Amino acid sequence: MSNAAAQTHPQAVTVPVVTAQTKSIAILLATALIAFGVYYFIGIDQGAWSVFGKSMVIHEFFHDGRHFLGFPCH
Amino acid sequence: MELKLIGRGVLAGALGGLLAYVFARIFAEPVIGQAIDYESGRDAAQHKLDLAQGLPVAHEGHEIFTRTIQGWVGIGAGLVLFGAAMGALFAVAYAVCLGRTGRVRPRQLALLVAAAGFVLLYLVPFVKYPANPPAIGHEETIRARSELYIVTVFCSVLFGFLAVYVGQKLAARWGSWRATLLAGAGFVVLMAVVMLVLPPLGHLHDNVVEYGRHRTETPLPLRDGTGRIVFPGFNADLLYRFRLYSVGAQLILWTTIGLVFAPLAERLLQPPGTASKTQSPQSPAPVTS
Repeated sequence: MSNAAAQTHPQAVTVPVVTAQTKSIAILLATALIAFGVYYFIGIDQGAWSVFGKSMVIHEFFHDGRHFLGFPCH
Repeated sequence: MELKLIGRGVLAGALGGLLAYVFARIFAEPVIGQAIDYESGRDAAQHKLDLAQGLPVAHEGHEIFTRTIQGWVGIGAGLVLFGAAMGALFAVAYAVCLGRTGRVRPRQLALLVAAAGFVLLYLVPFVKYPANPPAIGHEETIRARSELYIVTVFCSVLFGFLAVYVGQKLAARWGSWRATLLAGAGFVVLMAVVMLVLPPLGHLHDNVVEYGRHRTETPLPLRDGTGRIVFPGFNADLLYRFRLYSVGAQLILWTTIGLVFAPLAERLLQPPGTASKTQSPQSPAPVTS
């Protein structure tokens, strides 16, 4: 909370900017990347593309969730 | 600070996924079961037709997981993991927005970002390519369908980001109300163009060749050589319920993320009692928010 913004006016609350440094940007980017990775493995892998060879284990395990979350499936 | 926000986001998301799982167990799994029964019945009817007409008969591959595993464990793991991932993504978007969205306060911002996640990552793509139960979706078009879905999600997120960014710029000149309307209209126009340009699933090459030119891949009645219906088309009410529950589950997930994250973020960003301890010398009485 080193860069917490000053409260200058009760109505106009200024909220702190937490992403001003390179480290912050790296953490946010890495998190987004991991999150999209999980999104990909639950929703898409072993359908159209397959990262770990042509097995259907992930596809079949998440089968119901894949349909239910709106991903294309068969 | 980022890691604390992300941790809370993941927690809220996993909880949302868990609630969506309970919802799915009660409402969606019976529907999914009926859809799979339809698929099996239709395959059996098709099998008989092929035999009668002397056509080569397709053999089904063996199952890797039983229906019990898929319907109890698989969907649960899927929803909780998906929820956690969406919670992480939500926290990233939240951290980026923090301090860059005018006077929106931490608690309100959480609800706005969660609403944006629901609309951009799920609801807008759903308008063009809605969720389908088992039995709907041809194996030979899975690649094209996946590509179309990803492109739609990508455009939706990109245009959503642009709308917020441009809206912020416009607000300085036009005021919040008109800036929001203008940016929102821009989003709708761009997304409408994308949806008009991308093909309906039924118009994919493999589908037109094999099944004729229909709008979707939803199975039509199965007919024998004389045109008599030997197996019905997919039940319209069942399809409606599946899609309704799919929207419901995503709504539960994103609402939980917003509602659980909001107070956590507020406490993190403005701890009670410390709100007045900022470096500003002329700091007024403790801020109520």
